[in-house]
Amino acid sequence: MTAITALLGSSRPNRWGPLGTTAAIVILAAVALSVLGPALSSADPNASDFASAYAAPGAGHPLGYDGQGRDLLARLLTGSRTSLLGPLWVVALSMAAGTIIAIAAAWVGGWLDSVVSAALDVVFAFPGVLLAMLVAAVFGPGLSAAVLALSVAYVPYIARLLRSAALAERRKAYVQALEVQGLGAVAICLRHLVPNLIPLIAAQATLFFGYAMVDLAIVSYFGLGVQPPDADWGVMVAGGQSGVLQGYPAESLLAGGCIVVLVVAFNVLGERLSDGSGQGGTFGPSRWWRPRRGGAA
Amino acid sequence: MNDLLRISGLTVRLPLDGEMRTVLSDVSLSIAAGEAVGLVGESGSGKSMTARSIVRLLPPGALVEGTIRYRGNDVPSLRGQRLRDLRSSVSMVFQDPRAHINPVRTVGDFLTEALRVNQRVARREAEGRAVRVLDEVGVADGPRRLRQYPHELSGGLLQRVMIAAALLTEPHLLLADEPTTALDVTTQAEVMAILDELRRERGLAMLFITHDLELAAAVCDRTAVMYAGRVMEIRASALLHDHALHPYTAALAAARPSLERRAERLVTTPGRPLSAFEAPDGCPFSTRCPHVRQRCHDERPDLRPLDGGQVACVRAEELAVSHD
Amino acid sequence: MTDAILEVEGLRKNFGEATAVRDVSFSLPPAGALAIVGESGSGKTTVARMIVGLERPTAGRVTACGRDRSQPARSARERRDRGGQVQIVFQDPYSSLDPRQSPAAAVEEVLRLHTRLDRGRRRARVAELADLVGLDERQMAALPSRLSGGQRQRVAIARALAAEPRILILDESVAALDVSIQAQVLNVLADVRERTGVAYLFISHDLAVVRQVTDDVVVMRHGAIVERGPTDRVLDAPEHPYTQLLRASVPRPGWQVPKTR
Repeated sequence: MTAITALLGSSRPNRWGPLGTTAAIVILAAVALSVLGPALSSADPNASDFASAYAAPGAGHPLGYDGQGRDLLARLLTGSRTSLLGPLWVVALSMAAGTIIAIAAAWVGGWLDSVVSAALDVVFAFPGVLLAMLVAAVFGPGLSAAVLALSVAYVPYIARLLRSAALAERRKAYVQALEVQGLGAVAICLRHLVPNLIPLIAAQATLFFGYAMVDLAIVSYFGLGVQPPDADWGVMVAGGQSGVLQGYPAESLLAGGCIVVLVVAFNVLGERLSDGSGQGGTFGPSRWWRPRRGGAA
Repeated sequence: MNDLLRISGLTVRLPLDGEMRTVLSDVSLSIAAGEAVGLVGESGSGKSMTARSIVRLLPPGALVEGTIRYRGNDVPSLRGQRLRDLRSSVSMVFQDPRAHINPVRTVGDFLTEALRVNQRVARREAEGRAVRVLDEVGVADGPRRLRQYPHELSGGLLQRVMIAAALLTEPHLLLADEPTTALDVTTQAEVMAILDELRRERGLAMLFITHDLELAAAVCDRTAVMYAGRVMEIRASALLHDHALHPYTAALAAARPSLERRAERLVTTPGRPLSAFEAPDGCPFSTRCPHVRQRCHDERPDLRPLDGGQVACVRAEELAVSHD
Repeated sequence: MTDAILEVEGLRKNFGEATAVRDVSFSLPPAGALAIVGESGSGKTTVARMIVGLERPTAGRVTACGRDRSQPARSARERRDRGGQVQIVFQDPYSSLDPRQSPAAAVEEVLRLHTRLDRGRRRARVAELADLVGLDERQMAALPSRLSGGQRQRVAIARALAAEPRILILDESVAALDVSIQAQVLNVLADVRERTGVAYLFISHDLAVVRQVTDDVVVMRHGAIVERGPTDRVLDAPEHPYTQLLRASVPRPGWQVPKTR
């Protein structure tokens, strides 16, 4: 059976299914749009033309205007950059910190493991959004403060999961054989442990990308993240609220829709990846009838 | 025919990696009432799959051909109550008792559940029967054991609980799938002794699945040897080790080191055991057999009677002659 | 016994309140083969893990190649030196190899650690070791998921031998293999010992396999040694009741299932 788990460890695209593949395409498309952004819309996202406030779509402005007479398409495209870059930073920072903490705790064990577990439990107590808002209130609003605070808040979730995976990996015969060989702990971790955790790390990173996107949008919505007039989907949802009341819901709906579609896509892909990593947790009964690859045991 | 169980021409295909793959090919085997039959083979030989076919515990999507008759009833067509009757008349004991007992329920719950739910026996009565059966399999202090949880019991003890559970439905046939493989040698001997005794006292028939030729020989009347989803040989157990009819059986016996003396080197067979879907067209063992001839590649030998047993090897007669 | 290559004296291991190993002493001569026989819970695997440094002894001494290794290594150099003295092959063929590393890469990694061979010589040595355990070039280049259990254990043996250890511990290394594959690996072990002069500490519950591989045996029960001697003597005429029980429990032609009541 171990052989099968090892086999599944290599997550291949064809195991994602149609839904997973769609999710991957949606994400890729969003990334492409945000990179190409300025090339796709000639309008300046920050130029207001109050005469065009809430104007309907027209030539050169396929999505129309917001309440301040700014081109909606241009703002959505520009906003996609902060809305994708923010979560990217959160994921990169929290994944890096979480992985290092998890592996250190799993490898050294003993007192370090206890201290780390206790510290993680303390951070666990704070919901990410709350922590981000607290930090913004103390150090002033802005994207970097929110990113940093969310990163810290996510570390316990990532570290806890990776710690148990790293612990399981560390107990495997091949890791112990390398220890007996006299290879140093750092070398074993970098060359063997981390590469074998990558499918799991990738799956978690994808899932948390979605969470971070929602959380950052919430923070920006409350005016503590990205600051107007900079475009950001969270800011746009908030900015469009007055329009909703006046019967022009386009800005809030479009920005909110972008967030929802991408978050769902990241969640779906994350689920598929963690199914493939063999440690996702949502597993059916073990498939005892499958013969081992390569036959003999 | 007074056979309790009669399997003929059983072929099973399973969906594996998106393809239908043969795991059992033309298996024929019978067990008389009260008889112990060993089923020996290496991984991929199909020995467990054979047992699971008998109680209809095949994975979803399995395609079954051939006939399985238990006391004259056609097993594949049984439904509802008739299928439940079959499963209480044919009990199964698995290799890893821990994987087959719910860890959060007590031993008592595990033992009495089937009786109380299927046969509507009152709890007190069911527990009384459970205690009596536990005593029969050598577990003393039954009432206390019933209140214990699986993790409080050793592997050997837990396997006896499994056997007790199998006996509670008063079966006529016991399918034992490597019941002692996970146990220590001394515990294995105890469990085997209990199985042997039960069989004699209750007139129970048994299909005993194992990878250990000598263990099968020690406890079974006849032994079938499987390779790549096919039966290679069926023979009186006493004759199997020293007078094997099939080259594969001989190879299996020779590969196992002797407890009595050290060999300079063991006699080995090149390659590894194959699964049915990997086996070549002719004789499945032809790619590894030391006695192979061209016709072994050309035709697939059927199981045929020889010397009181059955064998699927075209050269069985000449090889038997040259051995003696 | 100063000429022993491995010397274990008064070894003890407590896990909390429980004592897993108590007062275990034995020695292994160069190129010898000593079996530790016992059932689950006998402490035999804990002894092996203490010798290779995966567990720390509560008390007692382990000396390999004349050097004490009862305490954790203090330097990277010492850790490596110890790896060059004693190696181990574990039981489970499926977790014994890094799923992302080909056998050739795994063996080469060990050669880089323990030798100063250049790239070409390392490659030649990998081929030599593969030949020694009976693996071909294609198998050495495959990912572990493409290899059978027996092939994986051969890789584990080759990887262990790459460090050119004087002592190889085999912890139930053939127990999980099919009978026909087990025979192949047992022959490989006999060839390796003949050709390299490595000494085996062979941990097993299987008396027939122990007879085939080892010269001497110690029998362990509940963490302590109950009998010791040349393998042939202990198996032919076991003295301790527990050894006698072990011997009688092995199924064999003409075996009568022991009566329990």
